[in-house]
Amino acid sequence: MKLKPPSPSDLGDRIRETEVWKSIFRPGSIFRKGYKDTSRDRALATMNNVLYHLHPVKVKRHGLKLTYTFCLGGLSFFLFILLTITGIFLMFFYRPTADIGGAQAFADMQSIRTSVFFGDLVRNLHRWGAHLMVFSVTLHMARVFYTGAYKPPREFNWVVGVILLFLTLGLSFTGYLLPWDQLAIWAVTVGTSLAGYSPFIAKQANFLLLGGVVVGPETLLRWYTLHVIALPFVTVIFLAVHFWRIRKDGGISGPL
Amino acid sequence: MAKEDTPLDQAVFDSTLEAELAKGTDRRVAEGRARSAAVRAYRASHPEEAAKHEAAGAKPAAAAAVAGNGGAAAPAAAAAPAGAAAGAGAPVAVAAAAVTTPVREAPLPTGNVPTPKKGADDKHRLLALVPPEGIQRVEREQGDRVNVWPHLLIEEFVAMFILMAGLTLFSTFINAPLRELANPNLTPNPSKAPWYFLGLQELLRYFHPMVAGITIPTFILVGLAAVPYVDRNPSNKPGDRKIAITVFTMLFMFGGILTIIGSFFRGPGYNWVWPWAQGVFFEL
Ligand code: HEM
Repeated sequence: MKLKPPSPSDLGDRIRETEVWKSIFRPGSIFRKGYKDTSRDRALATMNNVLYHLHPVKVKRHGLKLTYTFCLGGLSFFLFILLTITGIFLMFFYRPTADIGGAQAFADMQSIRTSVFFGDLVRNLHRWGAHLMVFSVTLHMARVFYTGAYKPPREFNWVVGVILLFLTLGLSFTGYLLPWDQLAIWAVTVGTSLAGYSPFIAKQANFLLLGGVVVGPETLLRWYTLHVIALPFVTVIFLAVHFWRIRKDGGISGPL
Repeated sequence: MAKEDTPLDQAVFDSTLEAELAKGTDRRVAEGRARSAAVRAYRASHPEEAAKHEAAGAKPAAAAAVAGNGGAAAPAAAAAPAGAAAGAGAPVAVAAAAVTTPVREAPLPTGNVPTPKKGADDKHRLLALVPPEGIQRVEREQGDRVNVWPHLLIEEFVAMFILMAGLTLFSTFINAPLRELANPNLTPNPSKAPWYFLGLQELLRYFHPMVAGITIPTFILVGLAAVPYVDRNPSNKPGDRKIAITVFTMLFMFGGILTIIGSFFRGPGYNWVWPWAQGVFFEL
């Protein structure tokens, strides 16, 4: 008797029947055998997936209209994820030190561009993505304004949004210093010089931001810590509140 | 126990229902309140049966939970129908009110971890907290809704994919800038902040640094956060929001124009330049 190799679809079915496969994909998963395109399985597909269940099972029909949200909030969030992933990659090759005589930070930037595999591309994605995120968050805010989506019961979510805008700018600006090139330190010098004009606490504010009187190695370490852990941590918390409130406030606003 | 099996006091039921309806309560809520008042009245007037009921009760622990944990909700529920019935002048209902005041079996809160009661169930599942008549009330219309999977998720995947493709393409061909090593002794001319702060840097030309750098940014952030509390107009129709839309658009454009000027129309010494004549002094 000749053994016939199973056809690919046979094999697929058999794999999907294994206990291991079934233990990974919960009922309702579209990867599970027996998924039917019914209302019930569609609901389960959303509910039984850790990522998708950020969403409710159903949304208002008009929420699908591209011209209502322009996907701007979603894209801002996607950029945040992308920046996290590319940022982690960059962290493997970057040291935030800039002592006199040898600025490791700058040297690492150069080697990311020249000798790290895909380093150049990842760095470009990180940098352009960051600019784009500031842009998309600002536009998202404008869309929320024009659709009147900040009105009760969504007032507080708008406030959370303003905090997120502030955090986005903070993430962007702290990251700007890290390459430690001429562009970086002078942009930051100009930006932070304004803190020196705060009433009453000018000196303290400046010192708090810079870790010294001018932008120096201490500033780099400080901003690096803010950029890679402190601000992302706070941002994630506010993002969680933001998304949670969208659902508690009854899903997407509208229709107009 | 099924609804029909529960003995109740028909007179109290009728009078409470009438009183509730007279108050303008929704019929289903009114019926619920009347029923609970009637059941309580019946139990109050038949103490032997109530005791039997307790003893035979399938879940004494659950009953205790209502008296103890649910204590806050229970008196409110009891008070409403009893009060209404009293208003209608039914003496039976007054008696009911006296008896149904829940006995607090659990000790007062002390901050100590409570010990489980003997014979209590191992665990309770708190599914939801519902106001007494909430179960009967339909709060929101279902409306016209569609399944998130596949309709919304597919849209999101496509948007994500387009963004990712565009960004990757852009990043493949256009390199992010990296200038020469930072040199604190050599100030580039012009020195510009990142683009999203160039509107503020532009304001520095016209205002004292404290105004441009502290007062105005604070004002923008606080002002933005206050928007929903200042604009109390409940409508989201653009036609009803002419003032809000005009003000926001003007300020938004104003910020945009300042940013564009700071980005492209400022050159060495932060002086005015025409980008097509003297070139662009702008880096991302
Ligand atoms: C890191 C930045 C932000 C992220 C990732 C984000 C994400 C989102 C997402 C995914 C939504 C769902 C609807 C949509 O996609 O448009 C949303 C809705 C909303 N966002 Fe944001 N957002 C951010 C910043 C902001 C800002 C700056 C504001 C306003 C100042 C804001 C206010 C709101 C409000 C009020 C809603 C509810 C809108 C509605 O129901 O129509 N968000 N956000």
